[in-house]
Amino acid sequence: MDAPISTDTNLDASPTQEATTEMNIATDTHTSSIKMTAKNVSVFYADMQALKDVSLDIIENRVTALIGPSGCGKTTFLRCINRMNDLIPSCKVSGEIKLGDHDVYDPSVDVEVLRRRIGMVFQKPNPFPKSIYENVAYGPRIHGLAENKEALDAIVRKSLKRAGLLDEVEGRLDALGTSLSGGQQQRLCIARAIAIEPEVILMDEPCSALDPIATAKIEELIDDLKKRYTIVIVTHSMQQAARVSDYTAYFHLGELVEKGETNRIFTAPQHSKTEAYITGRIG
Amino acid sequence: MTDQLKNSPLSAASVEGLGRRYRAEKRYRFIGFAAVAASLGFLAFLIIAIGFQGVGAFFKTDLRFDLDPAAVQDSGGDAFGLLRSTIRSNLEGASSRRAKRQAYGLVSSEAEEQMQALLDAAAETNTNPQVVWVSASAEVDLAVKAGIDALINAQDKDAGLTRLSDQQLRWIKTLEQNGAVRTRFNLGFLINGDSRDAERAGLGGAIMGSLFTLLICLVLSFFVGVMAAIYLEEFAPKNKWTSFLEININNLASVPSIIFGLLGLAVFLNAFGLARSSSLVGGMVLALMTLPTIIIASRVSLQAVPPSIREAALGLGATRIQAIFHHVVPLALPGMLTGAILGMARALGETAPLLMIGMVAFIADPPSSVMDPATALPVQVFLWSDSPERAFAEKTSGAILVLILFLILMNSVAILLRKKFEKKW
Amino acid sequence: MVDITGALAQKKNRINEQAINILLVACAAAAIFVTIGIVASLLFETIRFFKEVPILDFLFGTNWSPQTAMRSDQVGSSGAFGIIPLITGTALISVIALSIAAPLGVYSAVYLAEYAKPASRAILKPMLEILAGIPTVVYGFFAAIVVAPALRDFGALAGLDIASASALAAGSVMGVMIIPLVSSISDDAITAVPQALKEASIGLGATRSETIRRVVLPAALPGIAGGILLAASRAVGETMIVVMAAGLTANLTVNPLEAVTTVTVQIVMLLTGDQEFDSAKTLAAFALGLTLLAVTLIFNSIGSWIVARNREAYD
Repeated sequence: MDAPISTDTNLDASPTQEATTEMNIATDTHTSSIKMTAKNVSVFYADMQALKDVSLDIIENRVTALIGPSGCGKTTFLRCINRMNDLIPSCKVSGEIKLGDHDVYDPSVDVEVLRRRIGMVFQKPNPFPKSIYENVAYGPRIHGLAENKEALDAIVRKSLKRAGLLDEVEGRLDALGTSLSGGQQQRLCIARAIAIEPEVILMDEPCSALDPIATAKIEELIDDLKKRYTIVIVTHSMQQAARVSDYTAYFHLGELVEKGETNRIFTAPQHSKTEAYITGRIG
Repeated sequence: MTDQLKNSPLSAASVEGLGRRYRAEKRYRFIGFAAVAASLGFLAFLIIAIGFQGVGAFFKTDLRFDLDPAAVQDSGGDAFGLLRSTIRSNLEGASSRRAKRQAYGLVSSEAEEQMQALLDAAAETNTNPQVVWVSASAEVDLAVKAGIDALINAQDKDAGLTRLSDQQLRWIKTLEQNGAVRTRFNLGFLINGDSRDAERAGLGGAIMGSLFTLLICLVLSFFVGVMAAIYLEEFAPKNKWTSFLEININNLASVPSIIFGLLGLAVFLNAFGLARSSSLVGGMVLALMTLPTIIIASRVSLQAVPPSIREAALGLGATRIQAIFHHVVPLALPGMLTGAILGMARALGETAPLLMIGMVAFIADPPSSVMDPATALPVQVFLWSDSPERAFAEKTSGAILVLILFLILMNSVAILLRKKFEKKW
Repeated sequence: MVDITGALAQKKNRINEQAINILLVACAAAAIFVTIGIVASLLFETIRFFKEVPILDFLFGTNWSPQTAMRSDQVGSSGAFGIIPLITGTALISVIALSIAAPLGVYSAVYLAEYAKPASRAILKPMLEILAGIPTVVYGFFAAIVVAPALRDFGALAGLDIASASALAAGSVMGVMIIPLVSSISDDAITAVPQALKEASIGLGATRSETIRRVVLPAALPGIAGGILLAASRAVGETMIVVMAAGLTANLTVNPLEAVTTVTVQIVMLLTGDQEFDSAKTLAAFALGLTLLAVTLIFNSIGSWIVARNREAYD
């Protein structure tokens, strides 16, 4: 679990790039450990290969951004992590994704447990058409996390507070979740996700439906949340990746082209495709 | 809780309460499955129960009697007398008045006609017939289908299994042993008119009645329905009048069918004075009932024709009416026909409105025109189901099988039509 | 020359087009005429009925026995036309039908929409629809010949006295008939619930059934309720099943084991067989028809409105 990454050359096909990338990550290992590892993950939708042999480490209490042009497989990869792709019957996943020591695709794994430990925030805010309170209380209720009403109240308030929403909705927790503004709805969804104390939060372009001010609030929140949680975020905005993430992985046509510390990727991309993308030539 | 979770494997065993949640999941899924199974189980039960009871209606029992050449000579063409003497001479112990009556009761009222036909044929070809096959009565028919031995050995004579006496059962047994009982396909069930005698009653009249009724219904509702759909889809302006029309049509589609019967009674029969019980009025009433269905189906198939077809025609200088009648309607026609057939299938099964306009009488002769008094298949089912005679229960189920067969045929044609002309634009 | 023929042809065309236009409008208006015909004929006869029988006696009378006596000096010679026992009878049978059709229909829809594989859904759904395609006279026969005697025998075993034309027999068979109506509207309502909501719940680690019960069904509830209302309208207007399997005489009760009669049964009773057209008996049938039309129309309008609004909510 706590084994620091050293020189795992299996991680990438091209060893020369790898050396530098690893070096950059390695500089950070004295404070962080690896939360999740993906090894040689390939995904097929029926006959179409959506992801080719992707290997990636996700560092605990850091934000990892997945970037790349649309259709590059970044969302597919994200949805493999908590097995949301199980919902698509034609989807086949090969390779290995580990949470700690446990392969999430092991037959003994119960997806409900997995998804409790790896939460998710979706592209479009999707609050249930229920009250704010019920939205946040939903997860703790189904998982039986609160013994009584007081405990549940506490969880709801704590989650809303961590999501930076409590002040705005104080006194109207029984208002419909769908009556909030777009940015508030998305923070409600984040509160709903953290109410069950996940270890990892997956975010699928969480700001793509929001205006710049709401986006800024979510980004602040992400920065705050990484103290407690490990975050993987898919974004199509490079500025956002640069602002919020510690590590960045660049996907192109189903392949993981380049990965490393965000600073390094944006200042000194080593792959020509990455450079083309971040300078706006591939979009 | 979280710390405890953190290093545990990702399986149910690690989390308390998850087993209970999984059992709830299984239970829920099972309830859903059970609901589907129960509904389909009922369907299967219904079809099997009616199928078992009704299949007998398609078969009938004949009895063979040996003819005495001398008696045939003496009869002088009196089929009735000859039939009776033949029955007496063939059955042992048919001498007392009571026994004679029981012996005559074995054969159908049709037997005299069959005997007459035999005599006529013999006279024409100048031959001497040796045997005569005549139809058995309905009770005998039922007894033979149920198995004579079982009835003779039945412990409880009052259980209502048969109305035949022991004497009659023994006679049939003897006939059976002599090979003088046969069961054959009952063509009469499909072509005869209705009759008070169950063994002679057939669906011919009801089928003709249904055919006439549906013909009238189709001619009226298809033309008007398609025209109305073309107007609504292609020409109607978007205004209050149009939306009122649309709401009106949707509401008509959900009016109980019996109300259309009341309309037919008040308007077609009492105000217009059209012939009561005729398939003309029946068809008109069903046409009104089917009209909304056909309008809705036709609109859907018009909507499915892409605007580019209209634009192409208009671009060549065609008028709107030309564009629609030359190009759009032919493309939408298969869909409209499918809708019409499904509408007809519904009309075929409809009973209540026909009761209102008097298509519910006992009618022995099949109708020969749309003005003649007629019944229809479902009405025949209703009439027979009301009959106290046991033999009619079998006939009722048989009639239901015929009705369902027609429905299956019509629906299959509709499905084939849809498959054949289904276009992905 | 060429110009002139062109103009002539155009003129002829225009006249033809005008004729076709008029024909189209006339056909579309036919639907209006049918409605007017229905309402006018029912209303006209009903008004005549109310000249003979006071409207209040009709609406609030608890005694229904329309048999007018042979001799005018017999008791009750005018017949009694109180609709209350018919309304309760109709309501009782419809409630029985819905209490069978609603759970079976909704749970079938849940299974077909959320659990069944696409292949088995493609088979099971049309099979379920067959139930709606079977003529009602067949259900009536089945209810009268199979279900009612079976219920009576079962009741005798259990020490219950079940009438041979019990409301339970007619109602339960009617319930089976309207299962497809409930299930197809519920299915639409369930599949209209956005995938995003289901994913939100599943992403939180909810099981499928938890997602259905706590997220999908509450969101689909208005649509399902509207569908059940439409089914109720169908049950109220259903004729053949009750004519063949329900009672013929009015009985003011809510006991499902007893025989009750319905509005539609009485319309058929009053109008089949010999009748003079102007007697209070025949006119009463039209008053019953108008009542039936009003009730089904109200149910339908509310039901369709709810279904449509629910559909829009997620578009």
